[in-house]
Order: sequence, then structure tokens, then C-alpha cells
Amino acid sequence: MQETALLLARIQFGFTVSFHIIFPAITIGLASYLAVLEGCWLRSRNPVFKQLYQFWSRIFALNFGMGVVSGLVMAYEFGTNWSGFSAFAGSITGPLLTYEVLTAFFLEAGFLGVMLFGWSKVGEKLHFFATLMVAIGTLISATWILASNSWMQTPAGYEIVDGKVIPTDWLAIIFNPSFPYRLVHMGLAAFLSTALMVGASAAWHLLKGRDSAAIRTMLMMAIGMLMVVTPLQIIAGDAHGINTLEHQPAKVAAMEGHWRNESAGEGVPLLLFGWPDNEAETTHFAFGIPHLGSLILTHSWDGTFKGLSEFPADERPNATAVFWSFRVMVGLGTLMLLLGVWGVWAWWRRTLFSNRRLLRFALLMGPTGLIALLAGWFTTELGRQPWVVYGLLKTADAASPHQALELTISLVLFVIVYGLIFGTGIRYMLRLIAQGPDHNIETTLSTVRQAPLSNTEQGE
Amino acid sequence: MGIDTAAIWAVIILVGVMLYVIADGFDLGVGLLFPFVNGEKDRDRMMASVAPIWDGNETWLVLGGAALMAAFPLAYAVVLSALYLPIVFMLIGLILRGVAFEARAKSSDASRHLWNKAFFAGSLLASFSQGVTLGSYLNGIRVVDGQFAGTAWDWISPFSLFCGVALSATYALLGSTWLIMKTDGLLQSLMRRLTYPLVIMLLVFMLVVSIWTPLGHPAIAERWFSLPNLYWLAPLPIVTLLACVWLLCSVKQGEATPFLMTLVVVMLGFIGLGISLWPNVIPPALNFWPPGIDIWEASSPVASQGFALVGALVIIPIILMYSAWSYYVFRGKVSAEDAYH
Ligand code: HDD
Ligand code: HEM
Ligand code: HEM
Repeated sequence: MQETALLLARIQFGFTVSFHIIFPAITIGLASYLAVLEGCWLRSRNPVFKQLYQFWSRIFALNFGMGVVSGLVMAYEFGTNWSGFSAFAGSITGPLLTYEVLTAFFLEAGFLGVMLFGWSKVGEKLHFFATLMVAIGTLISATWILASNSWMQTPAGYEIVDGKVIPTDWLAIIFNPSFPYRLVHMGLAAFLSTALMVGASAAWHLLKGRDSAAIRTMLMMAIGMLMVVTPLQIIAGDAHGINTLEHQPAKVAAMEGHWRNESAGEGVPLLLFGWPDNEAETTHFAFGIPHLGSLILTHSWDGTFKGLSEFPADERPNATAVFWSFRVMVGLGTLMLLLGVWGVWAWWRRTLFSNRRLLRFALLMGPTGLIALLAGWFTTELGRQPWVVYGLLKTADAASPHQALELTISLVLFVIVYGLIFGTGIRYMLRLIAQGPDHNIETTLSTVRQAPLSNTEQGE
Repeated sequence: MGIDTAAIWAVIILVGVMLYVIADGFDLGVGLLFPFVNGEKDRDRMMASVAPIWDGNETWLVLGGAALMAAFPLAYAVVLSALYLPIVFMLIGLILRGVAFEARAKSSDASRHLWNKAFFAGSLLASFSQGVTLGSYLNGIRVVDGQFAGTAWDWISPFSLFCGVALSATYALLGSTWLIMKTDGLLQSLMRRLTYPLVIMLLVFMLVVSIWTPLGHPAIAERWFSLPNLYWLAPLPIVTLLACVWLLCSVKQGEATPFLMTLVVVMLGFIGLGISLWPNVIPPALNFWPPGIDIWEASSPVASQGFALVGALVIIPIILMYSAWSYYVFRGKVSAEDAYH
């Protein structure tokens, strides 16, 4: 197939999957958050929890719908656009995706209706059970799809017969070398993204002078979550990187903008800035901390690892893109840690709800979880290039035999429809968030309007 | 092992797609009927009748795709590339209507009509494209060396466009009889009126397909009209006809009967298609060599089919149980108040 067609196919895949992952990340985080809220409500009967549940479940519903339909596109795209990949490795990714459908998608879909529409139709316990099933379903879903993606990164448990993959050991396939790291890292990323979103919405209302028990609860839960999860995420990310060095050394070299090892004893610096130049095989304007790269990745003062120039030229990822997307993710992770620490400090000093600088910072950090998550996926996926299945199948051999014309039609359609439909959907989500948990006028139906909830239990 | 995992998977996929056709069929049908209904209150009720379950219905489509990739990766790769554009159109339709469910409920009064239109247009695009996909699949696919060898426009043919119209009408019928069951009052009587022409259309379409496919494909003619087969298969069209008659008689008074009879008709029609295709998973294109590919040729290794089969056989019954429970929770007529959450 021609170069343009391949490029179009890759742009289309990157575009649709990047849109998709935003919704699942929020779904995973919010589903667990809703389960916690409902659990708290059942135990304490504190109406604030129920109020928050109802508020976030509306946002959840909209987000879930968008996750489902954008995911549907992904499930078919492997066949429509990557027939070479499906014919080669479908014997492994197919069963994994089938298990995801059987154990996760049906579970979520089966209980979602009761969770969203069933308050008056089933008892409280059963309703809580439905919420739990949806939350568990999202986590199971992440597990299978990440097993599949991780297998593409670090294949194991297979052999190749007649140019096709044959599975030999399913446990080795699922628990392939990068899977545990990726699962933990992505799970935490989803929780972080959600916590940042919840925190930002609380901060926004506080900045607007809308102070209530519900909004304070949101902010406290978000800050607590950040304080616990960000350090874990950094530890997980570090372990992930070390594991990647073992299995995909070219990716790590690109992430670090590391081209060649200098004389013995020099070690590898940790570059903070720089512009990796794929042609000149060097990183311009490099500014870094000597030896820190060695220290982080090899846990020794002057340890070295392979530089990118040591790999054949046609087996190198694009270092500029990988280097920078990695820095965006790590940089934002550091800011998240800062927000967590500052928040807990202010909480302790009893200024959490009044420190406007902190609140403004929390507001700005709202979308950064999702940005970091996307940057992480770009690191992972671009760093794997030129391979689709690492070391086994090149992206160029994975594509379907389409011409540029039909790919242009589909890409243009996807861009227009995603922009319009998901764009509007996201705007609605933001509008719901802006209304806040205390604004309980039903927006769902033109014909049914509810009076606002009484405000007696709000405020201090 | 003597177990024919390929045949079991073929049956699972056929049953899964059939469940998809009847389940998402009625909720797509509800979307197709949107323009025939006036008044937001009635549209709210129509939406509310499917809002808690449409996602589960659509999951059967995901299962169809995933299981095809697991059990017959070659077919998944070839068929989906061959039908590229109609599948893309279908996905776009499903996006439009899927988002409309929630977005319509959250839109302002002024912009609601846009989501009404998106819901209708999405349902129509998805139904029509599914019909076209089905039609061009039945027409056969050109394969050389395990790769699709046709062009991006092979799917456009009189037969496939006809199937697009036919499937849309079938879904509309599923939708109208579903709404007879789920609503009352004026909306219900409107649906009763709409059902008559839809049943007649469905009968005509089935007749045309039953003549068109054997004429076009000698192998299919042979399957149905060669001698012992004819006796075995004759009950199928006869029972279908009887069910249609029963359906027509029940439209005036029945509550659940019209929907149940429609299900019977659609299922029988689907089984008929399955019989025509078996055991091909990539049907042969007319006047083209090499011929189609059967399920055994397209199979993934036993290690893949077996692994996924264990899960499918254990989990699908459980899925059917809790899906049935979810339908049970939302049984009975809908009122507009059911719609908000
Ligand atoms: C909230 C999101 C978020 C945050 C704060 C971080 N990451 Fe991350 N990172 C992801 C979200 C993410 C991700 C989207 O979840 C990725 C993409 C694929 C994956 O498994 O996780 C990822 C991939 C990824 C990889 C690539 C591994 C591979 O593909 O083989 C490495 C080495 C790190 N991360 C390391 C880190 C470090 C050292 C962090 C410390 C600040 C960090 N991440 C914070
Ligand atoms: C969900 C977050 C993900 C994001 C943001 C993401 C992003 C990307 C991007 C940007 C590319 C294009 C790389 C390039 O061509 O230069 C790509 C490639 C690819 N990814 Fe992912 N990916 C994600 C998850 C997955 C998962 C879970 C799978 C498989 C189960 C997967 C399978 C693939 C395949 C097959 C390709 C090859 C096609 C291509 O190179 O464009 N991705 N991904
Ligand atoms: C590129 C590979 C991917 C494919 C083929 C894929 C496929 C799908 C499909 C078909 C659905 C809709 C299921 C339904 O009808 O209910 C879906 C939704 C979902 N996906 Fe993905 N997915 C991919 C990547 C991911 C990743 C990387 C994650 C998270 C780690 C993820 C998590 C989810 C979750 C939680 C849902 C539930 C619905 C929602 O998003 O709100 N998916 N996915």
C-alpha cells in the first residue's frame, strides 16, 4: 500500500483511539467514585453523599455513552483498517477482546440501566450492587484491553507458524512482561484524571463563591486522592520505565534523547530539555543533570544503556515526539504531586476552602490528568514504532489494502462527526459540572421539572 | 480432540448476531419512527422505553466483531476491509444515535430538536448501512491469497441497496411492535396503524430476497431446492408465513403478541440466511475464482478457539440471566417520568 494511505490509516487510528481513551479514563474513575459515594451514603445516611452521587452520575451517564460508541469504532477498526495485523495476531488479540466483551462490556451494560434509571425500581442494596458491578466491569475491561496492548508491546507465550501467531501459553500471554506495570499505571492514571476533574469543579464553585457541604466534600475527597495516588503513580511509572528498558530499549533511548554512550564513567545524564534530531542523531540544546539518567534507570552512578544510534536506522522510533510526550506526562505528574502536597498543607492549616491561589491552581490542573494520560499513550505507542507487534510485525505490514481515497473519506467523516458530536457532548458535561451539585433542577426532560432541593443542609 | 470448535464458534457468532439484530433492531427501529411522532412527551416515552437497555443490545454487535476476530481472524480481516465504507457509515450512525440518548436529555429546549434529528438520522444511517453490509456480504467477496482483492466500491449493487431498505423496514417493524407493547393511549394506536404497512413491506422484501439469492447464486438454489433438503427446509417459509398472518391478526388488539410474532419472523428469516451461507464464512463472489472460504479454512488455531470457547460457554448463560433480569426490572408500560435520572 502507498505511503499516503498508510499515513492516513495511522492518523485515523491515532485520532479515534485518542478520543476513545478520554472517555474510558473518566468512566473508570467516576464509576469507582460513584460506588464509594453510594457506599458512604448507605453507611452514614449523610444526604451530601447521595446528592453527590446524583450529580456525578448524570455526568457519568453522558460520558459512558460517548465511551461506548467511540469504543465500538475501535473494535471494528482492527479489521477495517489493520487487516494485516488481525490476520497475523487476531488469534491472540481476538480471544482477549472476546473475554473483555464477555466479562466486562456485558456486565457494565447489563447493570448500567439499573444504576441510572433504577432508583425507584429496585431496593437500595440491589441498586448499590448494580453500581458495584458497573465499577468492577470498568476495571475488568481495562485489564483485558491492557493485556492485549501489553502483549503487542512485549509479546510472550506464542510461536510463529506459517507467518501467523499461534498461542502456546495463555497465562504467559496475559501476564506478559509489561502487563502488570501498564495495568497499574493506567488504572492509577484513570483515578488521577477523575480526581483532578472533581477537584477542579469544586475549586471553580468555591472561586465563584458557592460554598456548600457537597462542594467541600468534593474538594477534600479529590485532594486526599491526589495525595495518596500521585506518589504511587510516580513509583509505578519509574518501575514501568525500568521494565521497558529491559524489553524495549529503543523506546527508552528515545524517551531520554540518548543517542550514544560517552567514555566510560560518564554515565547518562537526565535531560530536562532538548530537541532530539532524528537526522543528525543528536539532541540539540540538551540541558540535563549529569548521572541522574543512569541513577534512575540502572540504579547505579555510571551505568549505561544502549543509545538510539546503536539501533538500525529503520528500527528507531521518532525520538522528538517520544522525548517530548514523555516530558509532558512526567512534568504534569510532578505538578499533580505539588497540588496534592499544597492541598493537604492548606487543609491542615484550615485554608483549603479559602486559599484562592490554591483553588485557581486546582482549577487549572483539572484537564491535566487527561493530558498526561494521552501523552503517556503517545510515548508508549510512538515509542513502539516502527513495530505494531514489537519485533514481530511492522506497522507498514499491518494495514488493510485500502487506497488513499476511501481513507480520506472516512478520516474526514470521523473528524467532523467526532468534533461535532463528542464536542457537543463534552460541552454538555462541562455545563452540568458548572451547574454544580446544589443545582438540582432536573435538566433531563422538557416536560418534567423538579423543584430545587431544599438548601437546609448546605453551608457550614 | 474431536470437537469441531470452528462449527461451535460459527453457531455462537450466528446466534450472537441474531440477538443483535432483534435487540438493537427494535431500538434502532424506535429511532426510525421518531419523525412519525409529534410532541416531545411521546418522544420522551419512546426514548425511555429503550434508554436502560440499548447499550446491552449493542454489546452483541461488539461480541460479533470480537468473536469473529478470535475464531476466524482471516474472515474478520477480509470481510471488514472489503466492507470498509458501509461499516464506517454504520459506526458513524451508531455514534450519532448513541450520544443522542444522553445528550438529548441534557440539551436545552431550544436545541432538543437537533438531537431528535441526530437520533433519527443516526438510526437510519446505521440500519441502512447494516442492510447494505449484509447485502454485499451475501453477494460475495473477492479474495486472492487471503487478502481482499476487490475495490472500495464493490459494495454498491442493486441487491445491497435493496437490502439496506429492507433491513430498515424490518427494524421499523420491530420498533413499532415494541412500542405497541411498551406504550398506551394515542402513541400506541399510532404504532398499531404504522405496523400494517410495515408487515406487508417485510413480506414483500422476504419474498424478493428468497427469489433473488437463489437466482443469483446456484449454490444457494441447490441448498434449498435439491431434493431431500426441500422437505427439511419447507417448514421454514411456511411457519414464517403463518407467523406473519398471526402478527397481522394481533395488531389491532394485542399487547405483546405483535412484538413476539415479529421476533419469530425475523429469527426465521435470519436462520434462512444462515442456511444459505453455511459453511462459508466468506461467501464466494459471482464469476470469480477462487471461490469463497469456509469456516474451517478461516479458523484460528485450536488453542485460540478453545480458550475463548471455555469462557463463552460459561459466561454467555450468565449474561443472558442478568440481561433478562434487567429487562424484567424495566418491564411494563413506560411513562414519561421514567426518563429522567
Ligand atoms: C495521569 C496520568 C499519568 C501520570 C501522572 C504519569 N503517567 Fe506514565 N503513562 C500514563 C499516564 C501517566 C499512561 C497513559 O497511563 C501510560 C501510557 C501507557 C501506559 O501503560 O501508561 C504511561 C506510560 C509511561 C511509560 C511508558 C512505558 C512503556 O510504554 O513501555 C513510562 C516509562 C512512564 N509512563 C513513566 C512515568 C513516570 C516516571 C511518571 C512520573 C511522574 C509518570 N509516568 C506519570
Ligand atoms: C487508549 C489509549 C491509546 C492511545 C492514546 C493510543 C495511541 C496510538 C497512536 C497515537 C498510535 C499511532 C502510532 C503511529 O502510527 O505512529 C497508535 C498505534 C497503534 N495502537 Fe495504540 N493507543 C492506545 C491504546 C491502544 C490499545 C489498547 C491497543 C490494542 C489493544 C492499541 C493498538 C494499536 C495498534 C494496532 C497501532 C498500530 C497502528 C498504528 O501504528 O497507527 N493501542 N496508538
Ligand atoms: C484500542 C483498543 C481498544 C478497543 C478495541 C476498545 C474497545 C471498546 C469497545 C468496543 C467499547 C464499548 C463497549 C460497550 O459497548 O459497552 C469500549 C468501551 C470501554 N473501553 Fe475501550 N477499547 C480500547 C481501548 C481501551 C483502553 C486502553 C481502555 C482502558 C484502559 C479501555 C476501557 C474501556 C472502558 C472502561 C469502556 C467502558 C465504556 C466507556 O468507555 O465508558 N478501552 N472499548
